[in-house]
Amino acid sequence: MLTFILRRLALGLLMLIALSVLVFVLLRLAPGDPIDAYIDPNVSMSRAEMAAIRARLGLDQPMPVQYFAWLGAAATGDLGYSIQRSGVRVLELVFERIGPTLLLMATGLVLSIVLGIATGIIGAVRRNSTTDVGLSVAAFVGISSPAFLTALLGLYFFSVQFRIAPSGGMLTPGAPFSVGDLLAHLILPAALLSIGQAALIMRYMRASMLEVLNQDYVRTARAKGVREFFVIVKHALRNALLPVITLIGSTIGMAIGGAIFIESVFNWPGMGLLMVNAVETRDYPVIMGATLVIGACVILVNLLTDITYAAVDPRIQVA
Amino acid sequence: MPEPILDISGLTTVYRIAGKDVAVVQDLDLAIAPGETVALVGESGSGKSVTSLSILRLLPRIGRVAKGSVGFRSKSGVVRDLARLDADALRQVRGNDVGMIFQEPMTSLNPVYTVGEQIAEPIRIHLGKSHKDAAAAAVQLLADVGIPDPARRAKQYPHELSGGMRQRATIAMALACDPALLIADEPTTALDVTIQAQILDLLQQLQAQRGMGILFVTHNLGVVAEIADRVAVMYAGRVVETGRVADVFAHPRHPYTIGLMRSVPRLGEATLLKQAGTPLPTIPGTVPSLARLPQGCSFAPRCSHAIEACRAAVPPLLDTGNDQASRCIRWQEL
Ligand SMILES: Nc1ncnc2c1ncn2[C@@H]1O[C@H](COP(=O)(O)OP(=O)(O)OP(=O)(O)O)[C@@H](O)[C@H]1O
Ligand SMILES: [Mg+2]
Repeated sequence: MLTFILRRLALGLLMLIALSVLVFVLLRLAPGDPIDAYIDPNVSMSRAEMAAIRARLGLDQPMPVQYFAWLGAAATGDLGYSIQRSGVRVLELVFERIGPTLLLMATGLVLSIVLGIATGIIGAVRRNSTTDVGLSVAAFVGISSPAFLTALLGLYFFSVQFRIAPSGGMLTPGAPFSVGDLLAHLILPAALLSIGQAALIMRYMRASMLEVLNQDYVRTARAKGVREFFVIVKHALRNALLPVITLIGSTIGMAIGGAIFIESVFNWPGMGLLMVNAVETRDYPVIMGATLVIGACVILVNLLTDITYAAVDPRIQVA
Repeated sequence: MPEPILDISGLTTVYRIAGKDVAVVQDLDLAIAPGETVALVGESGSGKSVTSLSILRLLPRIGRVAKGSVGFRSKSGVVRDLARLDADALRQVRGNDVGMIFQEPMTSLNPVYTVGEQIAEPIRIHLGKSHKDAAAAAVQLLADVGIPDPARRAKQYPHELSGGMRQRATIAMALACDPALLIADEPTTALDVTIQAQILDLLQQLQAQRGMGILFVTHNLGVVAEIADRVAVMYAGRVVETGRVADVFAHPRHPYTIGLMRSVPRLGEATLLKQAGTPLPTIPGTVPSLARLPQGCSFAPRCSHAIEACRAAVPPLLDTGNDQASRCIRWQEL
């Protein structure tokens, strides 16, 4: 198990490096210039002055040199400074923002897992009933409605029309911190974030459960006199979860995209908002740093998924 | 005959297929005495598995027992109709008074729980033992069914056991609560010949120790000769002949039974084991579709003895004497 984890971590590191190269090259190919942010449109600046700023930021070096300089620093934990907000360390920016993002994503994920698995089981056990058909239609709508629509509709109805949820931010400005306030701000974006994934998990769970309920060992459990509730929850569920665990692991990358979007709609002070701002101003070091941290999170989550899978299925030998 | 533990009478089981109720088992009578082994034989699709699943109402969603009664005398001596028992009372019979083993030992064990845990489960449910006591009992049961190093095996998962060992484990599971009746649906069909013989020996030995009745489903007449006291021959959802094994083999009273026996050459002790591996060759003609059974005797279209009267009405089970019965109106002329 330990060698498995170490090997996966080493592989993850290689993937992170590859990711950073990719992002680095794409950024340099994209139009736009980071030093635009330095230029006050009302003050004319000479070419020499602009070249001086470039040189100070290291932007005059050839690309490979720039990249390896960045990588060398990154290896020591130094992700550089933000260009736009000069003097602020990228690492600081990222650490300040990662907490809110993790909170939002984890809440969304827990919601979608609980909701998706519960409704998936209900759909399978009561297959073809009104409940099942209703759930399937809801899941279909959930999967096929685009995130921007659900986010904006959710914001419109719950915050603007009914006024039962705050319209953005993480805490009420000026008010003393309270968990209640945080939850009130959290619940709507987290719920909206979870819709698509919950629907996806439900469909997988339902299909997987239906298949498992037809297995011989489920009949064996009934033949032993196991209560129907435990036939489902003990004998069928654990087997039916296996493909769903893989699904959850592989959709977390997608969920990050959703989180970035939700954060900008709800003005949630997380990595998403940081990224969006950084991209708008071509703040290369911030983009690179944030990508690296997000990438590391995805890789860790996938590793965690595989470990969970191995824990649930005794047939998987990790060595 | 002593009071039977199982007394099935007029059992009709229907499956809902393409929007219509199709009778897959019809008007079936079957009784098993304590300590007796009754074999249920017949070609594939004749309704043997459906019959055995009907007893504990373990049918798939599309199936239900439509008519008849399944009288069962439990350990306490009370006779109840399993076909009408409410779900909770039936659940207390399952795995407790009646144990079941199935054909495919790999798929009938849950892959994500240890063998020991799966054997201990009915002990906890029905005998109310603690986790620790039930686990110890499971190890003892594994030893009883002849698994070496039972303490270690109990901690293993089904995929870590060989086919023969898995089937021994499912037997241990079915016997965990010392049932009065064991239903075994082709328990040796998926195993290779030497293992088959071992499992049959084990079942006979366990029956001698515990005195349980066994309903043994098979399509192998060699196995019937080896293990059963009485036999019921099924064709297209009905029992067409029943009697003591020796009598039925010596004097079959139904053309279908004769056909089945002809397809097993030289039914002697020495050839039994060789025969055990091969499924029954078929009789000329094909099994009729259950949804469109012919008028009268279902076997008539394949029968060389058939006359007009055979096609007129479904023959009742006729007493042919000597505890034997046949659904052939011409049994005396065979
Ligand atoms: N799940 C099902 N759906 C539809 N029809 C079924 C189903 N299970 C059984 N049947 C039908 O019921 C009839 C009896 O099947 P059953 O499984 O009892 O046969 P069997 O005698 O056990 O045969 P085998 O020797 O192949 O196990 C068959 O004609 C089969 O087509
Ligand atoms: Mg069968």
